[in-house]
Amino acid sequence: MIPVRHCLKLVPLCSQIRHGSRMFPQLKRGSFNRITDEDVNRFTGIVGETGIKTEELDHYNTDWLNTVSGFTELVISPKSVEEVAAVLRHCNERRLAVVPQGGNTGLVGGSNPVFDEIVLSLERLNNISHIDPYAGIVECEAGVILQNLSDKVGEHGYTVPLDLGARGSCFIGGNLATHAGGLRVVRYGQLRGSVLGMRVVLPDGQILDGRSNMRKDNTGYDIKQLFIGSEGTLGVITDVSLLLPQSPVSVNMALLGCDSFDDVIKCYRLSRQCLGEIVSACEFMDSLCMTSVNDILGLASPLENSHKFYYLVETSGMNMDHDMEKLETCIEKVFESGCATDGVMAASKDQARHMMSLRENIAPALKAVGFNYKYDVSLPIQHMYSLVEQIRNKIRLTEGAFSVGYGHLGDNNLHLNVITPHYSAQALSLIEPFVYEEVSRLKGSISAEHGMGLKKANYLRYSKDPSMIAMMRSLKDVFDPNGIMNPYKLLPWND
Amino acid sequence: MSGLRVLVGCKRVIDYAVKIRVRPDSLGVVTDGVKHSMNPFDENAIEEAVRMKQKKIVKEIVVASCGPSQSQETIRTALAMGADRGIHVEVPAGTDADLQPLAVAKIFSKLVEKEKPDLVILGKQAIDDDANQTTQLLAGMLDWPQGTMASVVNAADGRLTITREIDGGLEDISVSLPAVISADLRLNEPRYATLPNIMKAKKKKIEKMTPENLGVDITPRLKILNVVDPPVRQAGEKVPDVSTLMEKLKEKGHL
Repeated sequence: MIPVRHCLKLVPLCSQIRHGSRMFPQLKRGSFNRITDEDVNRFTGIVGETGIKTEELDHYNTDWLNTVSGFTELVISPKSVEEVAAVLRHCNERRLAVVPQGGNTGLVGGSNPVFDEIVLSLERLNNISHIDPYAGIVECEAGVILQNLSDKVGEHGYTVPLDLGARGSCFIGGNLATHAGGLRVVRYGQLRGSVLGMRVVLPDGQILDGRSNMRKDNTGYDIKQLFIGSEGTLGVITDVSLLLPQSPVSVNMALLGCDSFDDVIKCYRLSRQCLGEIVSACEFMDSLCMTSVNDILGLASPLENSHKFYYLVETSGMNMDHDMEKLETCIEKVFESGCATDGVMAASKDQARHMMSLRENIAPALKAVGFNYKYDVSLPIQHMYSLVEQIRNKIRLTEGAFSVGYGHLGDNNLHLNVITPHYSAQALSLIEPFVYEEVSRLKGSISAEHGMGLKKANYLRYSKDPSMIAMMRSLKDVFDPNGIMNPYKLLPWND
Repeated sequence: MSGLRVLVGCKRVIDYAVKIRVRPDSLGVVTDGVKHSMNPFDENAIEEAVRMKQKKIVKEIVVASCGPSQSQETIRTALAMGADRGIHVEVPAGTDADLQPLAVAKIFSKLVEKEKPDLVILGKQAIDDDANQTTQLLAGMLDWPQGTMASVVNAADGRLTITREIDGGLEDISVSLPAVISADLRLNEPRYATLPNIMKAKKKKIEKMTPENLGVDITPRLKILNVVDPPVRQAGEKVPDVSTLMEKLKEKGHL
């Protein structure tokens, strides 16, 4: 096992960026037209000068992980659904490829151009149109930043049914297009269950208005569900109506130290049994994750000793006394059974925030250490950590490489990360396709919540059978016959 | 120096991360259903006492809190951090906002008579009233030396050397025991109450009493007339050049 300390040199940006096209040398640019001055004039006529950017486009071209980068020369930011429609209509007529982009926090290279695709940014569609305080429904545009949405609905005593570390940058439209998961799936369920209505613009500029605030509506096919998770390949989401849960009054957090993954599973089981409906997050991380956030970001562990595993459980409820009683019973049972050897409970909001930040900062901490190979998989719970150990074994001879496991225990969702000082095709060959084959063998999902994007598109067959993939292609042709919407993403371009 | 007994005070306040809302009657803030925790400065006070106990300077830590029945939770947190036993001076629910520093100082001076500590450590101020008075009043009542706003405390030869955070910088003083000190935020990094310790703390004793038992009259001497939100911050204005800036400043009477 290679200690994190040996890998602490921060790697310069340029050596990490891999152009999407170079990461996959066999990927060829599609037969799209190239942008002309006339196109730019047309677009300027639609969105105005402020909606056109042709310079300083690095942060649109490159992903958050600094692993893929395209070379677009044009970013268009419309400020209304009509402008989005007019832009797409022109792109479709001219066969110009388009990448819709939200907060650009995706982890699979799905939100960035691979070649010179136009970036259609939703950043100016950021209006929160209406909050219904009785029904608990919010209507807003796709470009609203998740944190802002959360703050706004919080004023009325509601919370957004999803939460993730990228909340300060990601857009709700992007969350929908990628069907983001996050910390609270275990409590509020998958995001698609909270979507009441949506408006999308199809690749040919047609506006498909599915806006609705009805809790129950069984009138025909629920087409909006196709767009949720379509990663911008079927159209552009512009508006959404979301059902909101009550904002909790009493939030508690406990962090437990465990000596084996089996113990983690036992803690998890006990906590679900004792806490029941007030559970709002169940996360785990291994010891290397903890040392990474300690050493690289200076975030201290609240536990005196280091443990092989850490289990974090959060409760959210409407009555503090009720929740505390449940928590105390839970803690007693956990320590009596011996599945945790130490733990802390947050005594203030500050402490709770700090404990959650240890889990949320694993990705930023690892990003600073070197090149990250990230795998986000769903597995039966008893196999979740054995995959990490298998990969660890495979890379044990690779210089400077180490692997960690953490994730949403409550959703059986493992985040397996391998870190090497620089991108190494050799290291990649040790990991892939083994990791996908293993997940497929265990009947898991090769992408629990991150989506397929560019990086995983060609591996779709590991989790979906050929007839499913064929049906997906048929649907893609229905919505986007010219194939201009986010090409090279989600569907395999080379299997 | 060893074998000292320390009396530490702690107060249950609205959690400092909570967004405060003014009550409709403008006489206070909303406390119902709002998250409460131990006053952050009191965490530093308890932590300092626990560290002194770990260094074997202190033998026993008694933690006391004045407040409604829920103050017991705050005492339990202190016990879980390492205090040995607790004292809860209970006031009726809803009247805790009337409990002012003068009354608290009187209560503590009676507790000092009872417990005979060598040292009293309080938090510098409570984040609800920001009074920063109790330590000073108590020292006056007991005629003991005081070391307020302490950011470093060292014990040796029956005396304490204290570094105080003051407006001009830092001041070092030396006090004899017994003494009263108040903890500032930079005194130490308070520990988390670990779960095994929280469970052990359930078995530690908390003695209950009322101000009447101690013979203290807690009638408030100060009356809150009005509580309002601070004025909403106005958006700033951007100007294109220096001459427009000068014009605007003159217009608004700043020049």
